[in-house]
Formats: sequence, C-alpha cells, structure tokens
Amino acid sequence: MNAHVQGCAASSELEARAVRRESGQREVFCGLTGIVWLHRKIQDAFFLVVGSRTCAHLIQSAAGVMIFAEPRFATAILEEKDLAGLADANDELDRIVTQLIARRPDIRLLFLVGSCPSEVIKLDLSRAALRLSQTFSPAVRILNYSGSGIETTFTQGEDACLASLVPAAPPPGSGEDQLLVVGALADVVEDQFVRMFKALGIGPVQFFPPRDSTALPAVGPNTKFLLAQPFLADTARALENRGAKRLAAPFPLGVEGTTAWLRAAADAFGVEDMTFVTVTQPYRARAVRALAPYREKLAGRSIFFFPDSQLEIPLARFLSRELSMRLVEVGTPYLHREHLAQELELLPAAVALSEGQDVDLQLDRCRTARPDLVVCGLGLANPLEADGLTTKWSIELVFTPIQGFEQAADLAELFARPLVRRAKLVT
Amino acid sequence: MTMQLTVWTYEGPPHVGAMRVATAMQGLHYVLHAPQGDTYADLLFTMIERRDRRPPVTYTTFSARDLGGDTAELFKTAARNAYDRFQPQAMIVGASCTGSLIQDDPGGLARALNLPIPVVTVDLPAYQRKENWGAAETFYQLVRALAGPSAPPPGAKRPPRPPAARPRCNLLGPTALGFRHRDDVTEITALLARLGIDVNVTAPMGASPADLARMGEADFNVVLYPEIAGQAASWLQRTFGQPSTKTIPIGVSATREFVEEVAKLAGIDARSTLAACSTRLPWYSRSVDSTYLTGKRVFIFGDATHAVAAARIASDELGFEVVGLGTYAREFGREIRDAAGLYGVEPLITDDYLEVEARVAELQPELVLGTQMERHIAKRLGIPCAVISAPVHVQDFPARYAPQMGFEGANVIFDTWVHPLMMGLEEHLLAMFKDDFEFRDGAVPSHLGVAQAAPVEQTSVKPAAASAAVPDISVAWAADAEQELRKIPFFVRGKARRNTERFANENGVATITVETLYDAKAHYAR
Repeated sequence: MNAHVQGCAASSELEARAVRRESGQREVFCGLTGIVWLHRKIQDAFFLVVGSRTCAHLIQSAAGVMIFAEPRFATAILEEKDLAGLADANDELDRIVTQLIARRPDIRLLFLVGSCPSEVIKLDLSRAALRLSQTFSPAVRILNYSGSGIETTFTQGEDACLASLVPAAPPPGSGEDQLLVVGALADVVEDQFVRMFKALGIGPVQFFPPRDSTALPAVGPNTKFLLAQPFLADTARALENRGAKRLAAPFPLGVEGTTAWLRAAADAFGVEDMTFVTVTQPYRARAVRALAPYREKLAGRSIFFFPDSQLEIPLARFLSRELSMRLVEVGTPYLHREHLAQELELLPAAVALSEGQDVDLQLDRCRTARPDLVVCGLGLANPLEADGLTTKWSIELVFTPIQGFEQAADLAELFARPLVRRAKLVT
Repeated sequence: MTMQLTVWTYEGPPHVGAMRVATAMQGLHYVLHAPQGDTYADLLFTMIERRDRRPPVTYTTFSARDLGGDTAELFKTAARNAYDRFQPQAMIVGASCTGSLIQDDPGGLARALNLPIPVVTVDLPAYQRKENWGAAETFYQLVRALAGPSAPPPGAKRPPRPPAARPRCNLLGPTALGFRHRDDVTEITALLARLGIDVNVTAPMGASPADLARMGEADFNVVLYPEIAGQAASWLQRTFGQPSTKTIPIGVSATREFVEEVAKLAGIDARSTLAACSTRLPWYSRSVDSTYLTGKRVFIFGDATHAVAAARIASDELGFEVVGLGTYAREFGREIRDAAGLYGVEPLITDDYLEVEARVAELQPELVLGTQMERHIAKRLGIPCAVISAPVHVQDFPARYAPQMGFEGANVIFDTWVHPLMMGLEEHLLAMFKDDFEFRDGAVPSHLGVAQAAPVEQTSVKPAAASAAVPDISVAWAADAEQELRKIPFFVRGKARRNTERFANENGVATITVETLYDAKAHYAR
C-alpha cells in the first residue's frame, strides 16, 4: 500500500500524534438514526425499535423522513407497565411482531433494535429474536442489534446492524477467492464499482448489506473484504471471525482514496500494475478535471470538523490533499486506529485531532479559530451561522453518494456550496 | 394493551415539552439527565424554527460504561458547569426517558450543589405522558416556584385596581415550536393595546425568571393555549385571585367574543374598539365568488384548541360542512367530543396516524385541515389540505406575518384554507370538458408546456396503510361504468367511487353499471 501513496507523516510520528480526548456533552445522534438509510438499502427489511417515545421522535425528526408514508420502520413504545414486568414486555413484543408481520407480508428480515431504555431495563432482544424466529422462520428471519445512545454513536448503528447480519451469511460454496465490499453505499456507487471491478478482472464481487436480504453473500476464509465506510469495527471483527480477510486501505473518498482503495483489491487479486493503471487512468483523469474548479474555490480555506459520522478523517484527508484546504481541527466521535491507519498516514502532521466531545469547549475552540468552514450537526449549524461562521451540515455527507471517482467532484461541491452561497448573498 | 406500535408520532416525549418552555424563555437553563443521542431535540429548534441560538439545555450524556459508575456525579458536574458557563437566573432540572430509569434524583442532586439561584425540579413521567403535558407541567412548576414567594396570604382579598391605572393582564401559553405563537402574541398584544389593556408578562415566550416572579401583579390572565397554560392559569387564579379568559380568539366570532370577555375582566367598554376593528373574512366569505365553498366537506384534526376553533370557522364563517373532527391530545378529549356533538360527527381521539389516515380515506373530504401529518395523508389521497396546528414543520414558520389569532388571523385563515381549493368556475369547466386534452387527469397547465408530465393519479384511493380499516369492497365495476367514472373530475372521483360502491353494497348490486353510478349520485345528492 505505502508504495502507492505518499504519506506525509512517518510511522513514528503517527504513533506520537496527539489526539485530544474529551468527554462531556455530545451533540451527536445515536445509532438508531442509521435506520433512516438502512431501511432504504435493504429493501425487504423492517426495523422495529423497542424503545420510548423519544426514540420514535428522534427517527422522525433526524432526517425529516416523513416522505415515506408507510416506512419499513416503527417503534414499539414501552409504557409504564412494560417497565414493571419484563415477562409482560416480552408478551407485548410478541404480540406487536405478530401484528406487524401479518400487516407486512412482504418483509423477509426483521431487526429488533435495542434502545437506551430497553438496555437499561435489560430487555433481552437476542432471546426475543430467537423466540420469535421459532414462530416465523423461514418466512421471516429475525435478528437484533442495539442502536442505543448509551452504546452507539450515529453511524455505529449501521455497524451494529451489519455485525448482526454476519452470522446469517451462508458459508462459501467453493474455494474461489471473492471480494466483499462492506458498508451501505448508494446504489449508483455500487453499480460504478461493479463495472470498475469487472474491468479490472476482480471477482466475483458482492456487497454487504445486499439490497435483497435473502441473497446474503457467502462469507468464509476465501472472502477478502474492503470496508467502504470507516465506522464498521464490529462488522469487520465478525467477518474476520468467519475467516474473512480485511484489505487495509484508505476509504474511497476523492481520487486518491478511491485509487488506493481499488488498488488494495487489485493487489489482493493479483491484478497487473499495467492493467490497473490502464483501467483506472481515464476515470482518475476525468475526476481530477472535475475537481479542478472546486480546488480554486477551496484551496487555502480553513475547515473545522465537529464529530459526527467517523467519516471526518477520510474527508479531512481528501480536502487537505486534493483541494488544499487547511485543517484546523478534525473531530471524530471515535477513532479506530487500525481501520484508519492508512488515512492517518496521509493527514498532515500538524492537524489537531479530537475524539469524543465536550460540545461547549469545542464551540469555544471553533469560535476562537474562526475557520472559513465548519462541518457540524444540524443542532449547531444555524447558531454558528448566526455567529458569522459558514457551515456544512454533516448529515448530508452520510445521505449523499460521495464515494468513488464519479462522485469526487460532488463531494467537493458539498463543501464549496456554503462558501459560494455566503459570497453570493449581499448581506 | 401496553406496548404501542408507532410509525409517526404527533407529540414528542414530555421533556421536549419542557425544552419548548425553556427555549422560549430568557435567562433560564435546563439540565437534563439524558444519554447521548437525546441532543437530537436541539435540531427541532435550530432547524424547524430556524433559531439562531442553541436551546438552553445541557445534556449529561451518560453512556453504558457510566451506568456501572457514578452517573449522579456526572449530573452534578454537568449542572455546576452549566451554571458557571451560562449564569442563568434560574435552572430547571430533570431526566429524559432513559435518565428517569436510572433514578438519580436530579432535583436532590441539584439542591446539594447549593447554587445561588432558584432550581426547579420537573418530574415528567416519560412512559405515560407526552410533549404538551410536559410543557404544561414545566410551565406550571416554574410559575409556582418563581411567582409563589410573592403570593398573598391564603384567603386575602385582591385589592381593587386604582382607578387611574390601566388594566394589566398576563399573556399565557406561547412557547418555542408553537404553531404561529410568535405572530399570535404580536396580534393579541396589539388588540389588547387598542382596548387600553397593558400586558404585564407574556410567558413562557420572552419571559425571564424575574418576569415570572411578578406575574401576580396582573389583574387577569389571557390564556392563549390551554394545552400549555391551563394548569398554570388555574394555579394563578387560586393563588392570586386572577381570573382567566376562556375564549380562544381564532376566527371572527371568537375574536369578538374574546374582546367582550377581556373587556369584562378589565372593566372597560369595548364597543367603540369592536366597531373600529375590521377583518375581510366576513365579506370575502359572503362575496359571490365564495358560493362554491358552500357545503365543502372538511375533515379537521389537530390539537384540541385549534381543531375546535377550526370547526367553528369552517362551519359558521365559511359555510363548509364539518364531516370529521378529532385530536391527538387525549387530555382534551372532552372538548373535542362536545364540539363533535355540535356538528353531528363522530369524534376521533387517537394518536395513531394510521387510524387518522383510514378515517380520511373513508370520509373522502374535499378539504383536510390538520397538522403536518394530515398534510402527508391528504397529499397521498390527492385531497387539498391546510395546516392548522402543531406538530410543526419548517413551513409553519413563514417569513411573513401570519397569525392565526385575532382579526388579522381570520384574514390569514381565509387565504390559507381557500387557496388549496379549486375555484368555482374552474371546477365547472373541468367537469364540462372532461375530455379536453389540456384538462385530462394529471395534465399540467398549458402555459407550463407539454414536456413536464404530471404524476399520473392513482385509480384507487385506498391507502395501502389503511386498507385493513376500509370495508372490503366486493362489488365489480362494469367497463362502461368505470369509463363514466373517469369523466368525473379527479378531485371528487374518489368520493364518487366510494359512494357508488357503498350504495351498491347497501342495495345488493353486484356489478356497478352506469345506471348504478347515477342512482348513487342521486342518492347522495345534497
């Protein structure tokens, strides 16, 4: 890997790289939020949150998802009586699941999703999933994971969901090496990667999660997987426990990240150097051309990341190296040193990294630094704009196709737009 | 039945109600014992209402590993830091749904800190109650704690107002994230000023803890939103002998009654002011263009205050027919049942969105007046809709002045409710020239060109979600009857289809013919 990318920080420096660790008020979503995109991705899955009115209100509010009149998610709201007797709560849950499956015969996979209250009262959803599976299997597979705020931050909900899905994957039928791309991607991005891997002669290639839950990819010692998202610690561990091998790589954001990511697969599948260059070069050149106008707008501008999705470090690497932005502070809710090792090598040595959050202290630092652009959650954006700062909503980075060569410029545009807008408005 | 399956909710949890009170006020800070993730509530205020400040809320943000340790200490640190940083005049403390499960007693912990400001505990039963209840309880606890110290001794008679002094009232109930609260306060304050009445304190919106402390100085209270201010107003009545208004000034008649009620409480003569006040609604409603509004079938759903007011305006001031009336607020079921009785309709008291959808599909109204949830229902069913109540959406905070209350509120309501409807002659032309290629279903207006195709209207009006609630239709449609049905304009076709099917069912007709269609039309003619 290192032969193909020029690191700016030597390994010894990397180990010494200081990371500010904070605990205090966190202005982040909990893992339940992942349901908003996961229920669109896995098209025959239903997500039943077992939680409180707050959980239901969060999912409804987080992304303004009311566009889906009857979505494939719902909340079983715990009431006073459920808290008093867990036996009753289990009966109630069985009743609700039965009602739900009767209403939605199209559902093939049901996730029981744990929440803060269900975990604090120790409602055992894994046992509930086993119990209910006995009734509804094989028509409906029932799994469980936790999206609670006491366990998970925002995108960790996807990690927990995918990790729960790994044991359901069948064993491989043959000894042939296969590539698995792990992490929910926009369909259009998946299709582009399929074409690219095909052109490189890498295959078979499958995606996890699949769009159809009954077509889970096989996982075994012959599986080599590429993480498409940086927040999949538990999923990677579960895959490794099945004998699958992770291909270490930066994440496919920007031209450089996408190239290195594809390169990791190419190396693992013995693709000739010449072939790799021949196949990828036209796409790289086109993406570099598309990025050029954004580079003009963004070069030299300073940027500050509040922690949100764990995408912050790969994004910062892209903005710093391909668009010449200045990194003031890069905050991440959680720093997975192993999965991000290749990313960290590419970051400028001087960047301030922070993990966790004390939002008041971080706001103080941000206001002192007065960066040209602040990447933050929806709760902070308007207050910071009112202070005269320019902001980019971080949630858009999770809900937009940003991976791969063809999306590199779209990704740059997301950062340029707030600055362009600020410049356009008269007052 | 305990555990409840919920797709969309009308109200958030009760601590969001407390946040609406805290965010509306000045100089107050809320320390909430809550896990990571509960901070999502901040974006309701910063995004939906476009607030330029974070809500004054500190979340303790405990995580799983804290649960084995000292979450109580975490709370104390958060409360102390919040005091040091924000220097509020008063603080409220409490727990969110998960916070309440760990039983740390935020009130006791906060008292142990000996902060030099009033600290008010708000205990909100998160597994029983909801947002509006939480707002009402929080407001009541704040008023009691802050105004209580200046209460006269029990039984003391309220001294009469000095003859030279202008009458004063408090304006109670407006909060953050309220449906048009911002503009209602402006409108009613101006109306009271024309009557010669001063506003002592408006609360919670804009009030500081110091303002709440002097609420007892007013002569009476104006309750704008009983859902939020009812409990505080009755305590003020008991404690300070302040009477409160009962009329909600939404609509022309209600606003006139409100003026008379206020004048009586203030001991003034309102006749000249009433004579000088004007609104366009009555004349617009009487003008001949509005003839087509006659008997339009309207379905109304919202919080009880707005729903009851809307039903009265719809029926008495616009000449609509109220065919459905309901609320998601069970606490105000009685008000809705009483009003439903007036219009001879079945009250719908539910917070289940699917039940509301099924009722709308069944009734096939020509206009839906509801919340943002009903706006989605109506959109799916192809029925015009106007929003009259919270829960709110970014569109419910318009840049322009758009109150619901008072005489200007009546003007706003006329425009908002009438504009989604098809205008009179337009409706006739569509009915007459059904086969005109520019009038065909889903055709875009000709000036927009032919390139943009409008979405094709669904032939079945039954929503997928509500299909179980709609009676099973076993009758068949003959081909010529189906074709005749298509000649009926799409915005009333759903009603015609449903009426015909019901007529056929009731009369044992197995196959609907063109004749059945017209028999049904005659049967349901109004």
